[in-house]
Amino acid sequence: MSEPHAIALSVNGRAVDAKVEPRRLLADFLRRDLNLTGTHIGCEHGVCGACTILLDGTPARSCLMFAVQADGCEIVTVEGLAGENGNLSSLQQAFSEHHALQCGFCTPGVLISLTSLLDASPDPDEATIRDVVSGHICRCTGYQAMIHAARAVAGRDACGRS
Amino acid sequence: MATRYLGAAVRRVEDPRLLRGEGRYLDDLALPAGLEAAFVRSTIAHGLIRAVDASAARALPGVHAVYFAQDLGPAAMRQMPIAAPHPLLIQPRTQAPLATDEVCYVGQPIALVIANNRYIAEDAAALVAIDYDPLPVVTDCRCALDPSAAHAHRGAEHNRAATLTAHFGDAAAAFAGATLRLAERIEMQRGGAHSMEGRGVAAVPSPDGMGITLWSSTQAPYMIRRLLAAHLDWDESRLRAVAPDVGGGFGPKAVFYPEEVVVPLAALKLGRPVRWIEDRREHFQATTQQRLQAWDVEVAADSTGRLIAIRGRGVHDAGAFVPYGVLLPLSSLWPFPGPYALQALDLSLDVVFTNMVPTSPVRGAGRPYANFVIERLVDRVADALGLDRAEIRRRNFVPRGNFPYATGMTYRDGSKVTYDSGDFEACLDKAMRRAGYADFAARRVAAAKRGVRRGIGVASYVEDTGAGPFEGVTVRVQPNGRVHAVTSAASQGQGHATIIAQICADALGISPENVTVTSADTGALAYGMGTYGSRVAVAAGSSAFNAAAVVRAKALRLAASLLQCASDDLTILEGRVVRRSGPADTGLDLALLAAQLSGTPGIPLPDGFAPGLEATDYAPIGATATASGTHIAEVEVDPATGAVAVVAYVVVHDCGNVLNPLLVDGQILGGVVHGIGNALFEQMVYDSTGQPLSSNYGEYLLPLASEIPLIDIAHIETPSPHNPLGAKGAGEGGTIPAAAAIVSALEDALREEGARFAKHPVFPEDVIEAIHLGLCVREVVPSAGAGGGLLEIAGG
Repeated sequence: MSEPHAIALSVNGRAVDAKVEPRRLLADFLRRDLNLTGTHIGCEHGVCGACTILLDGTPARSCLMFAVQADGCEIVTVEGLAGENGNLSSLQQAFSEHHALQCGFCTPGVLISLTSLLDASPDPDEATIRDVVSGHICRCTGYQAMIHAARAVAGRDACGRS
Repeated sequence: MATRYLGAAVRRVEDPRLLRGEGRYLDDLALPAGLEAAFVRSTIAHGLIRAVDASAARALPGVHAVYFAQDLGPAAMRQMPIAAPHPLLIQPRTQAPLATDEVCYVGQPIALVIANNRYIAEDAAALVAIDYDPLPVVTDCRCALDPSAAHAHRGAEHNRAATLTAHFGDAAAAFAGATLRLAERIEMQRGGAHSMEGRGVAAVPSPDGMGITLWSSTQAPYMIRRLLAAHLDWDESRLRAVAPDVGGGFGPKAVFYPEEVVVPLAALKLGRPVRWIEDRREHFQATTQQRLQAWDVEVAADSTGRLIAIRGRGVHDAGAFVPYGVLLPLSSLWPFPGPYALQALDLSLDVVFTNMVPTSPVRGAGRPYANFVIERLVDRVADALGLDRAEIRRRNFVPRGNFPYATGMTYRDGSKVTYDSGDFEACLDKAMRRAGYADFAARRVAAAKRGVRRGIGVASYVEDTGAGPFEGVTVRVQPNGRVHAVTSAASQGQGHATIIAQICADALGISPENVTVTSADTGALAYGMGTYGSRVAVAAGSSAFNAAAVVRAKALRLAASLLQCASDDLTILEGRVVRRSGPADTGLDLALLAAQLSGTPGIPLPDGFAPGLEATDYAPIGATATASGTHIAEVEVDPATGAVAVVAYVVVHDCGNVLNPLLVDGQILGGVVHGIGNALFEQMVYDSTGQPLSSNYGEYLLPLASEIPLIDIAHIETPSPHNPLGAKGAGEGGTIPAAAAIVSALEDALREEGARFAKHPVFPEDVIEAIHLGLCVREVVPSAGAGGGLLEIAGG
């Protein structure tokens, strides 16, 4: 049995110190050890995208990483997208306006990917948005409303955050 | 009573918490002192368990138990009940919760490992050694009834589970006298549900030792409670079944599974909560799905393109067991004759066992099968007579004004299948206008200049929705003035809570944000059914409508007695009962009225008033409400690679009165994309020994945003007379005709080559084969066959 490793990282702006088994997936660490259950596990093989988080500002599949690999990193999960005062981000609000979520299971991952896109490029076109959304599997919505929601935010403000 | 919210594009009350990542799905539930479980599942498709050895597993630190069937008692060893028994089931076979001797599909549960966490449980499960004696395997339903076929079950005399028939009129005479008779062989394979959240079960023994709460990622907690109590021979009062947030269902989560028996038995034995979560591989192997249905059919028509009769024989892959009875294959017969007025029908469908996971409805259930068969035949007749594909449909539709229309079919109880309302022609006309159908030729020419072949296809459908008998709602005004609506309805993303909130808001003069809706808990409302067949908005919506109306009337009556005026003089505005005319400040808050009726010690309630500003309704739903519509799809085919792109898609949809256009359009969009998956991407592949070769998303393709064109949706509303909302279901109409529309478009794109398609899914290699050989591609890749099920590309 492997010895737990000490890791130190930042999650949604908060410093976290923990001891984890080497084989513990980052997704399980976030969900079980930090009680941040907003990140979901849909396939465990990196395709569906439900587990997507921001790792040092870049979208990453938390089901394909070990928690020890996040040592020294900054993680943002869906729980970190709303504003300080708890207000939903522009993108989150647009998702509701456009009915871009139904069961909500894939939604956190999609929000992370689109937030990252809108942070990096404030006015992406429909094709670019569609390309980012195609990194996620959604069985409920048919994707169209997600693309409309992101386009609406792109038209409105630069960074998608409140 | 004003309808300010119902019918409007009200944002969902479910959204804020889900957007924040505050959903509570099965794996998110806090279970103090809970243990995690992993199943040991059969790795062969058919065999006898000769020996098992769990000693290494049990010795692993962190493992609390490894349970085989005999460890959990008789309830783990006897056959599970069938959700819907049927007299035509010749072999009503279901599995025992844990296999004792025979296993009949890869993935069948044999043992449960319980440990401190899932990592350890999986380590231990891998250490459980099982020795099998393999038995012959049958995987191809098309030859499962051959005398030489292997038997899916040891000791069975054959693989026939049932033979179902549907007929009306005199098909033999119709065919004998027909000008045109065409035969076709049609094969269709659908696939799995692939909700992004897999299944899951958590069983929590009651703190007082009296019973157990079963949390399940299910579409039907009431069905689970009923069947589990019956199976365990328990009073239902000892069992509470609850669905938490559920990340998609699409049909297979409405089945009563072995895991829903084994996990609670283990929890009771250990005296601790136990949770099991399905991983994606298990979803591929052990969650029900839909597979092959194959038909030899004929259509008879006259020289003007009038369809006269359809007859044929089909075979349906039931998988190894029939936990859902024959509801799935029956639902592939009911939809005949579709939106067309036929004189005769004669169909026979053999339902056969195979050594694969059982099949049960996936979005659309059997309706997409029936629709594909009907619509391919209609296209064939059109082509044979040189008629436009849209025009032939128009000629054969049940005409507007002919409703209610008895199709000729009868239900099991002998009553007539009737379409309650509809305007099929209006849907077709509107779809053709929006699709620019008349201008298609120019688009075809332009595409050819780009080196691709563009085609257009039409498919129309009818769907029986809103089935009864009921789905309950309690509407209760709380002493703080907020409304609590409790519904038996289970949701997996449809937005039922929003519909109910809209209805309550309209009735009680409040805004939907002031309505809290809780659902899917057998402990909270006495009776319920389940979410399937596009029924909940109609059934639960009607109950909410009725209950809220009673609450409104009671509030007005109480206020009237307190204000000493007539009820008719009063109305409700912003949560306050006020006079219609006169000073507004002499009104009474709903909160106050609710508090009054909650009871004050020693003070009787006003005369003639029962406790509570609340009402419960189970709106009786009798006949189904008939939804319908037309889809028009355009595809572009690259003749060099066989790649097919869906480039345009129009839906005109009639679900009666639209309760919330955001939600209805969302259901249609999701349904269409699922249908695109069925048409071009999704296929479960097994090898000849019954091993699933599709077990991850590299091997099984789901449609992504890159595959989807802009989908245009418009509505026709013909209200249903069968419920107070005039509404019809909208959950599956997007899927039902999609494969037919796309394959029709594909054929149209490749007319010059004479390429034809009588099956789905259609893959690029099929397109290449059809183009080069100018033939009709009919066969879904056989599960038993050379190449281990892998497709070979023609030409190397």
